[in-house]
Amino acid sequence: MKSNIRALYFLPYVLWILLFVVVPILLIIYYSFFNIEGTFSFENYEKFFTPVYLKMALSSFWYAFLITAFSLLIAYPTALLLTKTKHKQLWLLLIILPMWINLLLKAYAFLGIFGTYGIANHFLELIGVGAKQILFTDFSFVFVSVYIFVPFMILPIFNALEKLNPTLVDAAKDLGASPWITFRRVIFPLTLDGVKSGCQAVFIPALSLFMITRLIAGNRVITLGTAIEQHFLVTQNWGMGATIAVFLIIAMVIIMFLTGNRK
Amino acid sequence: MKKIVQMFAIVFIASFAILFFIARLNASEGYSGDNTLTIYNWGEYIDPELIDRFEKETGIKVIYQTFDSNEAMMTKISQGGTTFDIAVPSEYAISKMKEEGLLIPIDHSKIPNLKYINPRFLNLSFDPGNKYSIPYFWGTVGILYNPEALGGKKIDSWNDLWDKDMKNQILLVDGAREVIGMGLNSLGYSLNDTNKDHLLEAKKKLDKLTPNVKAIVGDEIKMLMANEEAGAALVWSGDAADIMWENEKLDYVVPKEGSNLWFDNMVIPKTAKNIEGAHKFINFMLDPKVAAQNAEYVGYSTPNEKALEYLPKEISEDERFYPSPELTDKLEVYENLGKRMLSYYNDLFLEFKMHSK
Repeated sequence: MKSNIRALYFLPYVLWILLFVVVPILLIIYYSFFNIEGTFSFENYEKFFTPVYLKMALSSFWYAFLITAFSLLIAYPTALLLTKTKHKQLWLLLIILPMWINLLLKAYAFLGIFGTYGIANHFLELIGVGAKQILFTDFSFVFVSVYIFVPFMILPIFNALEKLNPTLVDAAKDLGASPWITFRRVIFPLTLDGVKSGCQAVFIPALSLFMITRLIAGNRVITLGTAIEQHFLVTQNWGMGATIAVFLIIAMVIIMFLTGNRK
Repeated sequence: MKKIVQMFAIVFIASFAILFFIARLNASEGYSGDNTLTIYNWGEYIDPELIDRFEKETGIKVIYQTFDSNEAMMTKISQGGTTFDIAVPSEYAISKMKEEGLLIPIDHSKIPNLKYINPRFLNLSFDPGNKYSIPYFWGTVGILYNPEALGGKKIDSWNDLWDKDMKNQILLVDGAREVIGMGLNSLGYSLNDTNKDHLLEAKKKLDKLTPNVKAIVGDEIKMLMANEEAGAALVWSGDAADIMWENEKLDYVVPKEGSNLWFDNMVIPKTAKNIEGAHKFINFMLDPKVAAQNAEYVGYSTPNEKALEYLPKEISEDERFYPSPELTDKLEVYENLGKRMLSYYNDLFLEFKMHSK
């Protein structure tokens, strides 16, 4: 009886994983073998290995890499500073606050800020640089994406830094290590787990970004995510969309494996 | 274990009791299938006053819901679970829905007002004999531009967009048929061309346009053009009317080489519960005075010939939205090219998008 009850407790989790993780992935793989006319074929896979899609995959990786790198560059010093401030929780709250606002609203706000007659260009004119084309460029795309993803990078790094035993830093100082050496040899290696999970939390969603590619980059940047959205919603070529999704899943598994903690 | 089963049973019984109660409640208020009409239309695509009037005249309660893309609408109808009595798809969606058996034939004897529709808009390739659909609004695809921002430039041809002085000035709507169609039209080919050489030629020509293209966007195009973010844009005439109403500096032109002629037609989907009411509604909307009031409110072009008489002259004689017969002859309706060809159009469009400056 007791073991029965225990199995029952387990049931919701098993059901959840089956229904919302295993079945969808199987369905995606299943759909990927059907061409636009609904007959079974490997056509979609052949199509993925044409220059168009390979180029798209490559540029998706490149932009996701840029977004992750810049996020890390901004997030690490921020997290480090946060641990040293007096009202940690308040500052943390201020950083998390923008996450409460819907992504689409944030993107629309940037349409106004970066527009030809937006605040950013007013400022540029004020300091004598003159109005520039900001919206619909690579710069604006990476900037907005970094802005959106940076909290996801700060949080795990902040947590890792908080967990760091301060006596270790003191010991390093006592033994004559310079601040830089302390950081490089003690603080950074000990917070590497936080950095890794931060990179995962940014790189993986960045790889499948869409919407921002249209709103902010004006479809001048085409990522795999955009292509999936188009195939499912507009061109109704579910097979091709599913095929791209399969490759995205494979890419994500590889990334998880590479950045995972091997013990 | 027993307790959990009991709990589930109680929840189920309670849910059904509530459902039953709601059904009773709706029936007592007269919201049953016979007395309501569920309309599924594009956003801001009807004068709300007309719905009130229809309710008063017929005693039918209207439930009005909106969608923002043909694809979303079709998915919702084909999945079932809805009770839409009227929907307003565009022409290519109508032929698709027809193929998938999602439409109920319309009984023309119940729509006497059909005689007011200009015959030019009837019996078209997407629905021969108008068996399943009745025209609601129509329009064109063209160029919306800002003469002031372009230094007084006058645009009347697709090829004007390729001019050197248009660098980084053009917004395109994110639609494969519209953009590839523009390429085909600029070369003098048909919008429904399926000759791969012609299509590749059009794609090559479009690649040359990339330095002039600022962005390829969706509905944001309205806001961006009204804010003078760009000098010219490829848009649907309906959007153009909206934007010009917001920013009077802008002008719209249907290029002389020809362009697309599109329709939004009223249909009765398979999900309909009140087919009688749906016919009444279609007939009501075709009443010339009603159609005129609706056209004035929405700003799109009405197919109702008699309604033109009730519209102010500045609307009915505006050649930008009611083009001359010579130009109208050059307009083409999108034909259903089949999935394979459409997918080829989409592939070309994707390649065009990825063509870097």
